[in-house]
Amino acid sequence: MRYASAVVALARKDLLLELRAKETVPAMLLFVLAALTVFHFAVPTGTSQTAALGLLWVAIIFTALLGLTRAFVPEREQGLLDALLLAPCDRSAIWLAKAFSVFAFLVIAELLALPAFSLFFAGVGWATVAAALLADIGISAVGTLVGAMAVAGRARELLLPLLFLPLAIPIVVGGVGASSGTHGHYLAFLVLYDAVFCLLSWAAFEYVVSET
Amino acid sequence: MLGRRFSRRVISATNLGKRFGAKRIFDRLELRLGRGDFLLVTGPNGSGKTTLLRVLAGLDAPSRGELSLPDRATIGYLGHEPLVYRELTPLENLRLFASLYAIGEREQRIGVLLERFDLWRVRDERVSTFSRGMRQRLGLCRVVLHDPKLLILDEPFNALDEAGATLLDATLGEFAASSAIVVATHDPERVEALATTRMALR
Repeated sequence: MRYASAVVALARKDLLLELRAKETVPAMLLFVLAALTVFHFAVPTGTSQTAALGLLWVAIIFTALLGLTRAFVPEREQGLLDALLLAPCDRSAIWLAKAFSVFAFLVIAELLALPAFSLFFAGVGWATVAAALLADIGISAVGTLVGAMAVAGRARELLLPLLFLPLAIPIVVGGVGASSGTHGHYLAFLVLYDAVFCLLSWAAFEYVVSET
Repeated sequence: MLGRRFSRRVISATNLGKRFGAKRIFDRLELRLGRGDFLLVTGPNGSGKTTLLRVLAGLDAPSRGELSLPDRATIGYLGHEPLVYRELTPLENLRLFASLYAIGEREQRIGVLLERFDLWRVRDERVSTFSRGMRQRLGLCRVVLHDPKLLILDEPFNALDEAGATLLDATLGEFAASSAIVVATHDPERVEALATTRMALR
């Protein structure tokens, strides 16, 4: 109960901060729209559906990366991670709340990205929508963990993509596969990825943010 | 060996040291603090006051030695920054930390503290519009919100006007009897009367 209450309070704080500052979500929306527009003009007419879906997943991953670079900015700039780490709640509550807010921002970005993709390339089916939601869970879980790792480092702007992109490769494989091929297998693959990385990230967060 | 009261011990440090690479910040520190003890830490810039306080708060690990600290729930730490969210209001900030510390009757406790530190009138305004001194007052509210038994304050008088400093004096006086207090300051005269133990870093 106390854990849930801490997660709700922290997630509410992150959503409230974004509502006030309006820094992350507008940037993600503009980026994903700009990326899909560039892809639309960059690829030749008649490009295969699979290739186009690949571009959608590239846009989603890099939009997520943009959101993740902003995820710990309030805590980093104002030293607030110290105050959160001193709180007696389980430290994984910080990860869970932050992952939830990243997930919410990604879903909002995809509410624009998927219709824009349909407009520029081809319509998306239910499997693509399901794959995007499953991918968002994995991206949020892994991204929040590596975001916390990067925030402690000096070269954080370099560290985050270097850590995140290799871990996101299975998400792209699963996403493209679910969108274009045998839905069931790839959706199950994404579920498995989410389960493994949610568990690992939840368990590892304490060690990532603790020096003591 | 610093500190006097061994009963009701709050901090116990044996042979404590901290290094950053080859640079030694402090070494072979022995410290025992109990409730009612007040450690005054002084020293010039770069002498390691902040590092020592972060180690004693459990935020940084010592490089050597043994350190026993109380549960996180009983530590109140104020660093160089007040550690409050600037885009939130004082009420929202304190409600957040009250949730994290699972404080009962939180609205009443928050109201009392905001009144005491003269922030009730601005309780619904964003902290980003506050002066540095007002943010520091809010930081102090956050620190004492959960009634800590170990209070660690790094330059707490920074940015406070005379009224704010007097409020802090009174707060320290109240906590001095029931908590262990560690204060690092460039203005030691301000808390000299309360100090039971002194440490000068070089």
